[in-house]
Amino acid sequence: MRTRLTVATLAAATLLLSACSSGSTDDSSSDAGSGDGITIGIKFDQPGLGLKEGNTYSGFDVDVARYVADKLGYSEDQITWMESPSSQRETLLENGQVDMIFATYSITDERDQKVDFAGPYFVAGQDLLVAVDNTDITGPDTLGGKLLCSVTGSTSATRIKDNYAEDVQLQEFDGYSECVEALAAGSIDAVTTDDIILAGFAAQPAFAGSLKVVGNPFSEENYGVGIPTGSELCQPIQDALTEMFDDGTWQELLDKNVGDADYTPNADLNPPTLRECA
Amino acid sequence: MDIGQYIDDFTSLFSQYDVLAAFRMTIALTLASAVGSLLIGTVVAIMRVSPIDSLRGAGALYVNIVRNTPLTLIIVFCSLGLFYSMGLQLADRESPTFLADQNFRLAVLGLSVYHAAFAAEALRSGINTVPKGQVEAARSIGLGFLQSMRIVVLPQAFRGAIAPLGNTLIALTKNTTVASAIGVAEAAALMKVMIEFRPDVIIAIFLLFALGFVVIVLPTGVLFTWLSRRLAVVR
Amino acid sequence: MNEQEVLFDAPGPRTKRLVAIGNVVAVLVLAGVAWLVVTALAQQGQLTAQKWQPFTTSDVWLYNILPGLRGTLVAAAISIVTSLAFGLVFGIGRLSQHRWGRAISTTVVEFFRSVPVLLMMVFFWEFLGPLHIVPGDQLPLVAVVLGLTLYNGSVVAELVRSGVHGLPRGQREAGLAVGLTESTTLRTILLPQALVAMLPSLISQLVVILKDSALGYIISYFELLRQGRQIGTTYQNLIPALIVVGAIFIVLNYTLSRVAETVAHRLRRRAAGGAPAPVPGPVPAAVAAPAPTDRGPERTD
Repeated sequence: MRTRLTVATLAAATLLLSACSSGSTDDSSSDAGSGDGITIGIKFDQPGLGLKEGNTYSGFDVDVARYVADKLGYSEDQITWMESPSSQRETLLENGQVDMIFATYSITDERDQKVDFAGPYFVAGQDLLVAVDNTDITGPDTLGGKLLCSVTGSTSATRIKDNYAEDVQLQEFDGYSECVEALAAGSIDAVTTDDIILAGFAAQPAFAGSLKVVGNPFSEENYGVGIPTGSELCQPIQDALTEMFDDGTWQELLDKNVGDADYTPNADLNPPTLRECA
Repeated sequence: MDIGQYIDDFTSLFSQYDVLAAFRMTIALTLASAVGSLLIGTVVAIMRVSPIDSLRGAGALYVNIVRNTPLTLIIVFCSLGLFYSMGLQLADRESPTFLADQNFRLAVLGLSVYHAAFAAEALRSGINTVPKGQVEAARSIGLGFLQSMRIVVLPQAFRGAIAPLGNTLIALTKNTTVASAIGVAEAAALMKVMIEFRPDVIIAIFLLFALGFVVIVLPTGVLFTWLSRRLAVVR
Repeated sequence: MNEQEVLFDAPGPRTKRLVAIGNVVAVLVLAGVAWLVVTALAQQGQLTAQKWQPFTTSDVWLYNILPGLRGTLVAAAISIVTSLAFGLVFGIGRLSQHRWGRAISTTVVEFFRSVPVLLMMVFFWEFLGPLHIVPGDQLPLVAVVLGLTLYNGSVVAELVRSGVHGLPRGQREAGLAVGLTESTTLRTILLPQALVAMLPSLISQLVVILKDSALGYIISYFELLRQGRQIGTTYQNLIPALIVVGAIFIVLNYTLSRVAETVAHRLRRRAAGGAPAPVPGPVPAAVAAPAPTDRGPERTD
């Protein structure tokens, strides 16, 4: 009898719990844009651009976001930072969970149809990261027979294979930190993605002085500020960015975050020309 | 939505992506790792029942550590730790397919090490099915521990362990998907790529890969059930 | 059965000596292997104070490891409950008197037991995203829980079914004999006993769920392995970070396995004293002649 009661209670508790839990996973817990703060989406795992260290955030994207937020009238403690991994950026904006996104967010036609963009505030280009004493890799067409690392499902590695060096050998990992670790250990020849992302890794204390960005970018990635369609923030963001380019802050933030990597962004395209708000 | 159009869109995928090659890789990973894990697993199982205390301890330690670690960690470690950091090379560095071969073998190593713990436990349960009298008889005619294991106990233990070994093989088949974490071009990796580039037919892509696994796994289950009945030691 | 008693004799003086020598040799070999690993790591500069120092700071624990651990535990806790619910529904479905109920339940259970969890997680993550029915920051959790539930729920369904089948026939017959209907017998007599007998296997299944939740990092779920990688990126110590995370997983899962064993042991003792409650142990014990679907609970991970 006792057993039966226990089991019945157990079953009841289970059902109750499952009802609760499925409820709590489905309801929206955060509501961006309400109140007097601002929610900004950034990367948490991209050194030099958006990196979470303890409970502080650093990087070029983060600093630009802070500057823009400040011009929009939000102080540092009114900002809520939210992680926005590449694949979730449109969803976060469309669901209204973030007000703006600064997360190495390239403006593309496809994304432009789903969300709006302010900016661009930086023009990156696909490039290669190699050991500092490497002299035979100078660009994508010198990769024949080399070992090249990139992340799973990214187009950057296949672009090299298709357009430049078809006998390059590809290593794919789930993240760039594995690639950089393998490169630093000397077992892989190059890592490829946007130059500023590579510079962010190269500027980290453990790798500074041992890795370098080749500096021969072969694509054009316009990093924009992602905002929900029809957001009124677009023009104020453009004004803030213009001010940032003009008063020298843009260069200052760039030096601060990736300066240690001995890397100069594509000077012909940077600082970029802003686009028109819709 | 026009069903005919959807089917056309879906079938056009086959000219673009080699689904069969991906599943061939899945099966190759499964078979190679099955052999590897059975070898390591047999050694560990013998260690776990041996008269030498330190070997028993080491066997138990192996099983408890490996069984409780996420497989992803073990596989990433084989690549990043053993290969990229410590320079373990399992393939010809000069070969034009060096990385593909190397990653395949590292994945097989990781999968073997992981499933060996389960295979060892399966074998141990198989050893438990061998009646006491068999071992006593072996000893009474003067066989030592290793001899009685080899000649009397293990042949019966393998037959008794067929069902749990089959379960381990099925788990292994599905777990080969984790090899995508170090860039092995198997089914899960291809599915991710296909979904990324063709999100419009995502359901069809998922069902294709899911059914692919069902087609491999279900017959394996039936085969091992049949084997376990067929080979069961009649007592 | 205790192998030690059976597989070899109580040692005599000569064997004792041999075993002692064997012990020394084995310990030396094992220590040698351990030493090789440590020196190899040291040579690669993986054992420097600089790489391990972050783990002595409270920041890493407070903002990385503990929140990551919470993510892992939350996903596992929700999934074990939903798996139990799923398993009860389809386990009972497989015991149903209706042919269609049985057929549907069998198809569902066999399908989800055959599809890798990773595939399901990736699918739900990519599929639910554009539908906007789940908020973006909850999406990874939902996809992880769905993947874990469908697979582990199917395993639980099998546990329910084999648990009920494992009960003595007399239990069901007695229920029917006193005039209870099939479903009442199942609900009030068979299931309660089967559930208690399942408890150890359920706890073992929790270990499987905990380990599989680590797959969530691939779809950016905020869990322990992902936080380990984050630490590795932030402090440039990926290999030490993975070692620490691995150790936490091992301790957690080992503890759970021991709990499962203790519970199984208690149940067996209680069963020995009282009513005969069969215990489908955590080890896939169905060696003799299992039905095609009688794969043990431990077949996975």
